[in-house]
Amino acid sequence: MNQLLKLSDFSVSFTTPRGDLHAVRGVDLSVAKGESIGIVGESGSGKTVLSRATMGLMPSTATCTGSVEFNGAPLSDLSHAEVRNYWGTGMAMIFQDPLTSLNPVRRIGSQLMEGLIVRLGMSKDQARARSVELLERVRIPDPYAAMKKYPGELSGGMRQRIVIAIAIACTPELLFADEPTTALDVTVQAQVLELLAELRQEFNMTMILVTHDLGVVAGQTDRVVVMYAGEIVEAAVTKDLFANMKMPYTEALMKSIPRLDQASGQRLRVITGRLPDPTTPEPGCSFAPRCEYATDKCRAEKPPLVTMQNGHQYRCFFPIGGSL
Amino acid sequence: MKKLRPILLRLSQVCLVLIGATFLVSVLIRQLPGDVAVLINPAASLAERAALRQELGLDRNYFSAYWMWLSQMLQGDFGFFIFGGKVLPVLKTAIPPTLQLIFYTQIVALTIAIPLGITSAYKQGTRFDRTISTTLFSISSIPNFGIGLILSLLIGVKIGILPPSGYRPISEGLIQHFRLMVLPVMTLAIAPISTYTRLLRAEMIAALREDYVLLAMSKGLSDRRILLRHVLRPSCTTLMTSAALSMGGLIGGALVIEIIFVIPGMGTQLAKAIGTREFMAIQTYVAFIALFYVTFNSVVDILIGVVDPRTRNRRA
Amino acid sequence: MAGSGKLHLRLDSDPLLVVQDLVVQYKVNRKSFVSAVAGISFDVLRGETLAIVGESGCGKSTLGKAIMQLPRPQGGTVVLDGVDITALDGNDLRDVRPKVQMIFQDAISSLDPRLQVKNIIDEPLKVWKKGTAAERSIKVDNLLNSVGLDPVVVRDRRPYEFSGGQCQRISIARAIALDPVLLVCDEPVSALDVSIQAQILNLLQDMKEKLGLTLIFISHDLAVVKAVSTRVLVMYLGKICEVATPDDLYAHPAHHYSRALIAAVPIPDPEVGVDKIRVTGEPPSPVNPPSGCRFRTRCESASQRCAAEEPQLQEVGLGHFVACHHPVTN
Repeated sequence: MNQLLKLSDFSVSFTTPRGDLHAVRGVDLSVAKGESIGIVGESGSGKTVLSRATMGLMPSTATCTGSVEFNGAPLSDLSHAEVRNYWGTGMAMIFQDPLTSLNPVRRIGSQLMEGLIVRLGMSKDQARARSVELLERVRIPDPYAAMKKYPGELSGGMRQRIVIAIAIACTPELLFADEPTTALDVTVQAQVLELLAELRQEFNMTMILVTHDLGVVAGQTDRVVVMYAGEIVEAAVTKDLFANMKMPYTEALMKSIPRLDQASGQRLRVITGRLPDPTTPEPGCSFAPRCEYATDKCRAEKPPLVTMQNGHQYRCFFPIGGSL
Repeated sequence: MKKLRPILLRLSQVCLVLIGATFLVSVLIRQLPGDVAVLINPAASLAERAALRQELGLDRNYFSAYWMWLSQMLQGDFGFFIFGGKVLPVLKTAIPPTLQLIFYTQIVALTIAIPLGITSAYKQGTRFDRTISTTLFSISSIPNFGIGLILSLLIGVKIGILPPSGYRPISEGLIQHFRLMVLPVMTLAIAPISTYTRLLRAEMIAALREDYVLLAMSKGLSDRRILLRHVLRPSCTTLMTSAALSMGGLIGGALVIEIIFVIPGMGTQLAKAIGTREFMAIQTYVAFIALFYVTFNSVVDILIGVVDPRTRNRRA
Repeated sequence: MAGSGKLHLRLDSDPLLVVQDLVVQYKVNRKSFVSAVAGISFDVLRGETLAIVGESGCGKSTLGKAIMQLPRPQGGTVVLDGVDITALDGNDLRDVRPKVQMIFQDAISSLDPRLQVKNIIDEPLKVWKKGTAAERSIKVDNLLNSVGLDPVVVRDRRPYEFSGGQCQRISIARAIALDPVLLVCDEPVSALDVSIQAQILNLLQDMKEKLGLTLIFISHDLAVVKAVSTRVLVMYLGKICEVATPDDLYAHPAHHYSRALIAAVPIPDPEVGVDKIRVTGEPPSPVNPPSGCRFRTRCESASQRCAAEEPQLQEVGLGHFVACHHPVTN
């Protein structure tokens, strides 16, 4: 398979008054061209930091170590200005909250045309024509009128479509979608997910979908990576992951969510305790304090990420269903 | 009609403010101790004084006296000095220096503060940022007449590269006009430079954390473009509001600075008029000062609406 | 959908709460109003959990607050335990207030950040003069214990020192302090992480059983609603679409909107195909809602009748009511 993105031993930490916060720890991940990968985790799992740091969109308080390779180019060795050349055209990002991710004081048209003019060197007229096409493509009714509007005049769903149009404007190879539908209503979420899937096909885009919603991942991805406390704890082909969960955390998460395909009134399974403090990492498995199967070994020693023959990875001494 | 309504509303507000301000002043002037009629002619008899008071409208009640002044103003009669002469010609020569002083100060303050604020926000926490904020803070804590005296003495007298005081209208030579304006404008500008820089820095830092800046970055735009196109504009509404509000302080400051630098503007005239109880002149001067203030604020309000569409609905 | 009617009321079963023709309006500007709740009737039996479900802007939160007379509704009646509280005012209304308590989505900001946890929970007890300081202190500890918090650890701390899940436990403790009969939960788990959400949902269930509470559970999350409720009311643009038991509703939605809403929920199982029933567009503005059925502009089965005539709730199955001229047939 043709590899597009490769992360090796990638870590991100922030300096805070309470000590170093290890948001992402030793992530190895490769993404093939055309693939759709889901990164699943709860808040504090490091999923958003991982996606932003991969792109290089990090504040100066962050320290990144390890390597990021994009299309063979070592992004982690490049300067800020050099990495910027990949933004928009190589990779782009959609953010969670469409209410805050558009500039409130600039018209939709100018925000869309900007990338086309600056990055692709289009003339104003070319950029305007292309922007209208893009708005039509993301199914904005009356794109000409929309070009002249300010974000505040549009609904959340419309704004997220515009954010998507901006992200795909320069036809990036890799699209990061960070909780793209979390802030939207469920009927609008369905529309937006459908649109993203279509666009991915049409532009042959690779997508990294960051979400907390296992339901969204199940329908939209080829492969899923589960993160907990900054680490990858399980990764597998989507169907394999849902059929044969190895990691107790993934299983517990799965069982704790209410599902439409279950009868009503059933008591939910609970994961006791709460997420670990990212400034003081556990000596052993980071899920051990909340894990119903944990032993003394789990609390003392860090389990390595094991790769099975079919590529299914998990980070556990006592995987569900036994090892291999 | 729909578009006109806010403008009409605005205009009626302006009129109300002007009437309120001048009426208040007219009442306050009357509270000053001493009889103007005695001041004019200490030797006058009781009957003569009564006639004089009637002529000047001093025997009327507050409302009637105010109405007399207002109706004259509306007919283009700006009143006269009790000690002789009309107010209008004095006004004509006093307004330009004061307006020039204030506008140059705003322009200078903004042209210095905007780049400083942007750079400080961009280099937040660095040595540059810290130096700027400490320097501005310490300078702005000196009162402006103090700075004026120091500058006038140091640059005007000791070093002598600029004239220490005086005023020349533009018509009598542009270069000399500006040479004379440098010191008073610098003096007046220091306080607003400090306020504007700190305000803009704080606003820009807040805006830099917004998601839309991340989105702009992820388009692959340069930092410069992001700062100027995406961060400055949403950040500058507070700056504009502050500029409008600081107009009051600036007018007050200009009145003092004019006296220090011997500029024949409204400040100098007003001080003179107060000293001699020229109540009609004072009232007219105050009316004009209030007019500047209100006009400037209205213009800024309209500009804010242009710059930031979010404020338009709030206003309606 | 989005219709009126009272066929679904069960007045002969002595309901705890009966709401009839409730109207809540907000002023948009000098001339126009939005009817966030446009003439809604429903009842809640003792021990029931009624879920009110709908998308943002449908009026579900406004409805929850209007039950508590916050603010007072512009029309209709709210009868709690036989007393019409819309007719009460001043001290009479104040006396009823403790019977209905509310918990909110954003638990952290719904708690006063300056107060210690013990004071937050003690405050209602103190105001209503429930016992001496010593008695109240014991009661506070008991309440904290019952929501799964260790009083020794949490008593003296302040809300910001806690996570969202813990704050929600504190709000629940505060809400049950005055022994309410009805608890209105407005999106109580929407801001919480998946692994914490189940803890809170189970806690609410436990409290309900232990204290004999009746619950109104307002949520946009259909899966959560299915897990906790005994009756579901689907809302759209200030009107009721459908009322049914959760099993009935999810298996045989009779309203086109309910059906699309359910179909849109992603199922966490890659083997289950994506349901292709979609509604297009987004809800119209409530300032100027469509005539007749409010959903007709997005409904593929809409006819001329839907524009002309507002559908009334009709029974399509036992305890299953729908406000639609052309209900979905299974």
